[in-house]
Amino acid sequence: MEHSAINVLFAGDNFARLMQGLWTSVWIAAVSLIIGLILGTIFGILRTLPNKVVRFILRLYLEFFRIVPTIVLLYLAYYILPRSLHINWPASWMAVIAFSLWVAAEFSDIVRGAIESVPVTQKESGLALGLSQVQLFRYVLLPQAAKLELPATINLATRVIKTTSLLMTISIIDVIAVGQQIMEANNQRYPNAVFWIYGLIFILYFAIDYPLSAWAKRLSAKQK
Amino acid sequence: MSWQIIAQSLPIFGKAFLLTIGLALVGILGSLIVGVISSLIQYFKVPILNQIVTVYVEVARNTPLLIQLFFLYYAFPVLGLKLKATTCGIIGLIFLGGGYMAEGFSGGFSGVSSNQIDDGKALGMNQFQLARYVIFPQGFALSMPALTANIIFLIKETSIFSVIAIPELTNTALDLIGMYYRSNEYLLILVIAYAIILIPVILLLNYWERRVRYGTFGD
Repeated sequence: MEHSAINVLFAGDNFARLMQGLWTSVWIAAVSLIIGLILGTIFGILRTLPNKVVRFILRLYLEFFRIVPTIVLLYLAYYILPRSLHINWPASWMAVIAFSLWVAAEFSDIVRGAIESVPVTQKESGLALGLSQVQLFRYVLLPQAAKLELPATINLATRVIKTTSLLMTISIIDVIAVGQQIMEANNQRYPNAVFWIYGLIFILYFAIDYPLSAWAKRLSAKQK
Repeated sequence: MSWQIIAQSLPIFGKAFLLTIGLALVGILGSLIVGVISSLIQYFKVPILNQIVTVYVEVARNTPLLIQLFFLYYAFPVLGLKLKATTCGIIGLIFLGGGYMAEGFSGGFSGVSSNQIDDGKALGMNQFQLARYVIFPQGFALSMPALTANIIFLIKETSIFSVIAIPELTNTALDLIGMYYRSNEYLLILVIAYAIILIPVILLLNYWERRVRYGTFGD
């Protein structure tokens, strides 16, 4: 196996570098998810309230993110935001902004759907007990909605993780970009390196996403 | 923002627009075929094929299209299989979409209420008749929301073809930005182009979904 291209994966610090690239993707996904879930919860609650103007604006916001592909969102954040906001942040931060707003849009719809599918009697009972609007959300609607929205939220997380594969397109050094650097450096000695490196990245993404989506499937089967 | 630049680039974007629509159509049709066949194999639990399909669906759904495309486009030639970029794109999209469609149809079939199936059995239907007259008509109707989401998803996923240099909308915009540094103009056209494709599709599918819903019985 000495001349096999699989050695490329473990030669020198290659493997460590690949893992470092993967870590970049993981933290961007994690931070975006946290910000997006918080914002999405707020937007989702606002969309169940009677104010028509707020509902309309949030609906437009959601539809924009439904129509624009995520890779285009990344380009918008990368090319337009720094110039129009006069900021000079690293590309990874711009990715976090794009992903967070995207997650917030998708999650707001999950939250809205879940709140609306809590039985009306629950709301009426809460009001009859003299709960205020805030208490109603805090103790009655949100806890029940959270249970309903968990599978969809996990699925959203798997999509965010898969979408981190696009980070290299705005010159972020993620696992794929590191892989390409290694391929270029070893092209002469190991022309097969491309197969092993993309193979490893393929397996890495599957290893992260499969357990999550299996968990979501189990949860939603239990709810039926 | 320069309107002149926008006007000048419209013919180039027009070509890319048609290519995006063409690739999306082929991808969606192929995905539907792969999805229906896969979900039928899973429904009837065809030995061996069932296991293969299950693995396929999980791999297709849990890996990014970008890596699937890189594998087809860059890694397969090493094994002696060299494909054109557009061929890779279509194969990749059908591979990905087939998994999503299979999952959607399976979800629809399993959503048919057990009362309906019991009633069918009580009427003396055999397994095949039950599938043909009770489970599939309702199952497909129940799959509509997933189908709609998948179609919209697949149209948007064609944007990832840009990474293997297929001259569709996103790739065209990036090329032009690289040449003329007019990111505002080209990205605006790009967003509008996707809106022109997706808004009618979304409206049409929503309308169709409401129509089909009458096909389900029970509740």
